[in-house]
Amino acid sequence: MNQESDVLLEVRDLKKHYVLSKRTVFGRREVLRAVDGISFSLRRGETLGLVGESGCGKTTTGKCIVRLIEPTSGQISLEGEDVVGASPDRIREIRKQMQIIFQDPYSSLNPRMTVGQIVGEPFAIHGICAGKERRQRVEALIDRVGLTRDSYTRFPHEFSGGQRQRVGIARALALNPKLVVCDEPVSALDVSIQAQVLNLMVQLQKESGLTYLFISHGLSAVKHISRRVGVMYLGKLVELGETEALFSSPLHPYTEALMSAIPRPDPDIVRERVLLEGDATDSNHPPSGCPFHARCRYRMAVCENEEPAWRDLGGGHFAACHLR
Amino acid sequence: MIASENRGRVLRRLFRRPLTVIGLFLILANIVMVLFAPVLSPYNPEEMHLKDRHSPPSMKYLLGTDFYGRDILSRIIHGSRISFTLGLSVVAGGLLFGTTLGLVAGYFGGRVDSLLMRVTDIFLAFPQMVFAMAIMSVRGQGFGNVVLALTLTGWTAFARLVRAEALSLRDLEFVQAVQSLGARTPRILFRHLLPNLMAPIIVQATMGMATPILTEAALTFLGIGIPPNVPSWGGMLSVDRDFMETAWWSVTFPGLAIACTVLGFNLFGDGLRDALDPKLRA
Repeated sequence: MNQESDVLLEVRDLKKHYVLSKRTVFGRREVLRAVDGISFSLRRGETLGLVGESGCGKTTTGKCIVRLIEPTSGQISLEGEDVVGASPDRIREIRKQMQIIFQDPYSSLNPRMTVGQIVGEPFAIHGICAGKERRQRVEALIDRVGLTRDSYTRFPHEFSGGQRQRVGIARALALNPKLVVCDEPVSALDVSIQAQVLNLMVQLQKESGLTYLFISHGLSAVKHISRRVGVMYLGKLVELGETEALFSSPLHPYTEALMSAIPRPDPDIVRERVLLEGDATDSNHPPSGCPFHARCRYRMAVCENEEPAWRDLGGGHFAACHLR
Repeated sequence: MIASENRGRVLRRLFRRPLTVIGLFLILANIVMVLFAPVLSPYNPEEMHLKDRHSPPSMKYLLGTDFYGRDILSRIIHGSRISFTLGLSVVAGGLLFGTTLGLVAGYFGGRVDSLLMRVTDIFLAFPQMVFAMAIMSVRGQGFGNVVLALTLTGWTAFARLVRAEALSLRDLEFVQAVQSLGARTPRILFRHLLPNLMAPIIVQATMGMATPILTEAALTFLGIGIPPNVPSWGGMLSVDRDFMETAWWSVTFPGLAIACTVLGFNLFGDGLRDALDPKLRA
């Protein structure tokens, strides 16, 4: 498999730092490192899962990629075209290629617009089609995501969470994007509905050759949909690999702890829970050395001082840990 | 660009409520008075019947006469041309300017917000009356100048209200969704934020109708508003308020005219707000 031409999205050393206050009493600037130097690439048609606990920078990463948040530094390129430095006009064009699905289906749809208007908005913004043609295309989209056509004239509040998320998906697909950033698209839904929406997303991916960046804290959803998975901790990627390999033999102690937290529906399996001690370190006071060392049960002296390098440990399975 | 079926729905819901219809009737009555004042009024509003000063309501003078013997009914009808139009213009001006400014400040936040809100604070820091007097004394008497003075002092309420609402709306994901679709700023402001701000704006607009009518009266009373012979409701109140106990009709009826107009806008505004809210559809 030739990698180069297959790469759709390339993220290199992406950083997003927030300055919290201009100066503290002691004259130091307080900076929150939401995303602190992460790199990965997405191949055409694949799904990359991005997992990690709350506040680890998953969502910030996703929103930086679609330029809803301006990254502090780093490069993002979509099909070789620079996204970060693009002019406003170029960005408008690039945005047809990449879309985002949001977490909260209640706040992501304008309550004053009908479903037809919401899904038709991308066409209106880019002046693609109007009138009857727009209506036909919107109805086709509504059909595709499994809603009935009479949804066209109805308002978001008349729908359930799962149905609203389908509306959000229809809107994201209107412009035939290549990349869809899914920001916790099923986290706000009931478990029974989660599966339906995930299956819809898989089906749409098959039909249109979509590439997904699937951000979630729900490991089972990520395992179900992703071909590769990246694990984030305090704004950094700590491990990235094929889903199977990562779930069966995690290389990073943090991944190991995450995996052991997945509930298994079989009472006979005796499993060892890896319990993490303490809370995630404050990301505005990042620890020296490995970001995970304070909570790691394999902690060594080197971990406190030296940041582990991000290395390929064979077969495209990356990790940043001194143990390996 | 509201879909036509949507517009029909809003209109149908608007007219279903009796109170809204009453409100609309009061507004329409005002408009009729403004348009047909000379036809409707029994006397010339400026004509003084010196023998009939402060005569109570009778068949001759339906609502009585004032201190100078002018027919109150005729003056109310003609007064609508000043008072109703003034209230409407001042609210409309404040609405346009204040809402736009508030939207921009709230949506962009940061430095833009600080700058625009400091300007608003400066306008707000002057007592409205003093500020209006300053403008009137520079520009002189006249209807246009009163509108200008009151608009310049009245828009801040809209700006602050809209800014606060926009600030909380802009972080909602549907705003980010249209940003990520590539929408330009005016579209986001006026197609996505504004419709979600209608409820507080309508309330503010309908409540704000009374203030300019009364401030105009005060300005006129001080002799820097509208020439005193020109009938206006506020002016009528200030001329005759000393005789409230002996000639109750001379202030009661102009007061009622103001109250009815404000009430009409409030009732209609309430109905409009509810009709525009898709969630309240029964």
